[in-house]
Amino acid sequence: MSFITSLLNAMPGALAQGLIWGIMAIGVYITYRILDVADLTVDGSLCTGGAVCVIMTLNGVPIGIAILCAFIAGLLAGLVTGVLHTACGIPAILAGILTQLALYSINLHIMGFGTDNGSKANLPISVDKYHLLVSARFVRELSLRNPLIILILFIAVLIILTYCFFGTELGCALRATGANGNMARAQGINTNFTKVLGLMLSNGLVALSGALLSQYQGFSDINMGRGAIVIGLAAVIIGEVIFSKIFRNFALKLLASVFGAVIYYIVIQFVLKLGLSTDDLKLLTAVVVALFLAIPYFKGQLSVGRVKAKKGADENA
Amino acid sequence: MLEIQNVTKVFNAGTINAKTALDGLNLKLNDGDFVTVIGGNGAGKSTMLNAIAGVFRVDTGSISIDGKDITALPEYKRAAFLGRVFQDPMMGTAPTMEIEENLALALRRGEPRGFRWGISKKERELYREQLRTLDLGLESRMNSRVGLLSGGQRQALTLLMAALKKPKLLLLDEHTAALDPKTAAKVLELSDKIVNENHLTTLMITHNMRDAIAHGNRLIMMSAGRVVLDIAGEEKKRLTVNDLLAKFSVASGTEEASDKLLLG
Repeated sequence: MSFITSLLNAMPGALAQGLIWGIMAIGVYITYRILDVADLTVDGSLCTGGAVCVIMTLNGVPIGIAILCAFIAGLLAGLVTGVLHTACGIPAILAGILTQLALYSINLHIMGFGTDNGSKANLPISVDKYHLLVSARFVRELSLRNPLIILILFIAVLIILTYCFFGTELGCALRATGANGNMARAQGINTNFTKVLGLMLSNGLVALSGALLSQYQGFSDINMGRGAIVIGLAAVIIGEVIFSKIFRNFALKLLASVFGAVIYYIVIQFVLKLGLSTDDLKLLTAVVVALFLAIPYFKGQLSVGRVKAKKGADENA
Repeated sequence: MLEIQNVTKVFNAGTINAKTALDGLNLKLNDGDFVTVIGGNGAGKSTMLNAIAGVFRVDTGSISIDGKDITALPEYKRAAFLGRVFQDPMMGTAPTMEIEENLALALRRGEPRGFRWGISKKERELYREQLRTLDLGLESRMNSRVGLLSGGQRQALTLLMAALKKPKLLLLDEHTAALDPKTAAKVLELSDKIVNENHLTTLMITHNMRDAIAHGNRLIMMSAGRVVLDIAGEEKKRLTVNDLLAKFSVASGTEEASDKLLLG
């Protein structure tokens, strides 16, 4: 019985974390599903968002502006990856890894702003001293400062904005770029520009997610983005596997990614309560994502086999 | 209208695999010309079309359309003047987007793309009307994803997209080669119709000599990266496949080339 109570007790926290990572998952959806690029920049830009948000808030900047600046920092990170990829001809995965690596140093310096050696790996921020948008402190409170309420509103607005953007001419051009680059260029779309734009938007959202995460947990940390891409992919894929039959509309597909992130964190809480060590979480995540990525491939192989077998049977008849 | 002057393109230059695909190519098209292009494999037909479309930069020479030099223009900017249909039916459309979304992309070719809606209500009527002319029933499936269409349906749609925003020049790169004979004939008939109705200047590559003779007002034959034969007007109308083979042997100075051309 105590197992169930402690699990239920952990649910609001899991839900809040899932919602925050859901914003990150929308960013990953833009690159991975729409642009057809696996962008590894996000492991760095998540922390960049958190670092920028915390350091600015600590220096007296209003939280709204700090979050906006975190978003802009993410846009810039995406811009770097995009330029490396399009203007310098570096494969997208490698371009993302390069930016991610560079961001490690940059993130240390952002968090170390104003200190003697100008570098810091962890930066705490207390909700008692600063006005933060979301905090784990209030996750069980029935009030307007409950992060769940704020996050749900935040996500609703983000999904509407993203949905509208991808309905515009520019958004359609971005979708065409991912669907068929040759066709996009033949229809007069500057695919280099749209790729850069997509990478920027994606990392902007990821940094935004990082900004919220650092407030929620009360600190930003140099390692907070480690493996973020895998969690983002997990959210996107879990969302697709579970909701693809019922969620056809684009806005709902974005929502499915958010749900995917929430489900991921609920499952994580579950296995942690079952006694799994937090040290083994990343291993578990990697295995789960590998499985979900492999299933569609195996299914494809299986159906090819069936068609062949059927043809053989027809010929024998 | 189109003028190709002394264009050369060498792939893998400086390596053991160097291949001169275009070798001092010259070609001039007049307004309204419908030119069929034939030639064996490696003659440079597709390379010529890709050079015009700007898929790669040429090594030397210049390409201009209506007196405007486009040699240095990137592919997406040239698209404003060009309509293109490819050999691979998968290449001309975005499979994960709807039929009407694909058409909307084509209607905005050459226009700046901003924050207006990607497709407006008014356009849908135009698309429905245009799709009806294809006679494939696509007008009732405008919200279907293009990935669900057959190769022939996709090529027909790509043709429509190529002509939707009337291009100065239409480039058809063996666009019926991947289709079954019946569908190929239908798509070819449709091409004729679209070219005639819109008075489009057209370059059409084909491997089928009968098609090359039956369509268009002018026929060119390419070999080793140049135009070796250029027949127009009455002379083209009287042309037979045997004439063409004989002329090719003379033009390229080889006997066995005719087999290569036929089999290629």
